[in-house]
Amino acid sequence: MRGAPELSLGFLVNNNSAGGIGPAIQGTLILIGFTSLFGIPIGILSGIYLAEFGNNKYATAMRSINDVLTEFPSIVVGITAYGVIVIAIIGHYSAIAGSIALSFILIPIVARTTEESLKLVPNSVREASLALGAHKWRTTLSVVLPTAKAGLLTGTLLAVARIAGETAPLIMTILGNRYFFQGLNQPMAALPLEIWRDSLQPQASLVAQGWGAALILILMVLSLNIIVRLATRGRLKR
Amino acid sequence: MTSTNNDQTTTVDPEMKMQSIDLNAWFGQKKALRNVNIGIKTNSVTAIIGPSGCGKSTFIRCLNRMHELTPNAKMTGQVLLDGQNIYDKQVDPVQVRRRVGMVFQKPNPFPTMSIYDNVAAGLRLTGTKKGKNLDEVVKQSLERATLWEEVKDDLKKPGTSISGGQQQRLCIARAIALQPEVILMDEPCSALDPIAAAKIERLVVELKRDYTVAIVTHNMQQASRVSNFTAFMYLGSLIEFGSTTDIFESPKNPLTEKYITGEFG
Repeated sequence: MRGAPELSLGFLVNNNSAGGIGPAIQGTLILIGFTSLFGIPIGILSGIYLAEFGNNKYATAMRSINDVLTEFPSIVVGITAYGVIVIAIIGHYSAIAGSIALSFILIPIVARTTEESLKLVPNSVREASLALGAHKWRTTLSVVLPTAKAGLLTGTLLAVARIAGETAPLIMTILGNRYFFQGLNQPMAALPLEIWRDSLQPQASLVAQGWGAALILILMVLSLNIIVRLATRGRLKR
Repeated sequence: MTSTNNDQTTTVDPEMKMQSIDLNAWFGQKKALRNVNIGIKTNSVTAIIGPSGCGKSTFIRCLNRMHELTPNAKMTGQVLLDGQNIYDKQVDPVQVRRRVGMVFQKPNPFPTMSIYDNVAAGLRLTGTKKGKNLDEVVKQSLERATLWEEVKDDLKKPGTSISGGQQQRLCIARAIALQPEVILMDEPCSALDPIAAAKIERLVVELKRDYTVAIVTHNMQQASRVSNFTAFMYLGSLIEFGSTTDIFESPKNPLTEKYITGEFG
């Protein structure tokens, strides 16, 4: 709780010159939001494909690639994104490059947990629906997915929490910034970067600011977890 | 693969709602059905009996094209529904399953749905609820499955919250909500206690007024109580088929007699 004394409204909303970490909080929220917006649907769709339609050689290949990506060191993801997106495609550091790098961490986790939760749905539930004359896709959407909802939610939250704390890919993609959001194609601040940079500084005040940022990051992930749990609690009850 | 011991006596019988002709089925390399020819007569109950692993479940799963959903499963032969082969290329298996409903061995209501939604599920999932009063269909189906009186105040409760016997009748209600022409039952009482089983049996006898029923059972007393026709299967082959009275009182095949009298099985 070494970060606790740092907390104040100003700390949360001011920019770095005024002793706050506002840009980093904003940056992390944008990163999580943007990455989730594309990553979660792609991850869930891939998981559905692997679990429900994955009885062929494409799926087997996809599954192995997915497994490799899940275990990929995040620094390698960062360096790849740096080489491909930062240097070759865009030409400079940018928020979008960070988002793409993070989605390569998020998508495999979401796909894997989706596949695992769908496989836990008993086959008798699928058969019941198919025997009524429901199409396969309808069965997957209206019967199998709702049954696996709790697992899907947990997997997605885990993946989001994981990317919220990733530092290595961000160093090489969004670089960091002392200002509030400048545009998706510009460098951007983020909490993990803030923590990393501050903790390396000689001044005690900046190190303390780093601790404060760490506490904020933990609280953000925790509250995201609680909010989603609360919002879906009623519907998850059997 | 083609049948070798077929003596061409099998012809299309217009009295039959469903008819299997030279039906063979495999799971991978393992042959599960050997040239099975059975006719299922309109508005009657046909029981399929035999020891475990004799192919009786595989047989009825071929009647609504559920067999082909098992990985590595294949089949040859024909299954006629009102004289039309349901395995013809232009026949959509989804349409077949709407006409030929199924009740499984273990009650399998949808775990995320209420009692009401479970019964309505068929109409919703198949997109056929248009122009129908859903409340009315749910009520009628539950009444038909003799479950209405027990659950009418709990329709919003989860389908899995009621007892096993009630769940099985819920599954029957779910099947008849779609108004199928044939109802296939795969050992519907084997997971139930005798009292719940007796209720299902009475229901089966009731159902034949409006539907054609095929029921798989390993309980011979049950077969003799509910059915009009009985087929005895052994090791994937049909051994004997005839009226239930004939099969149970004067079986022609010594194997049938041995099974009926409990000498093996």
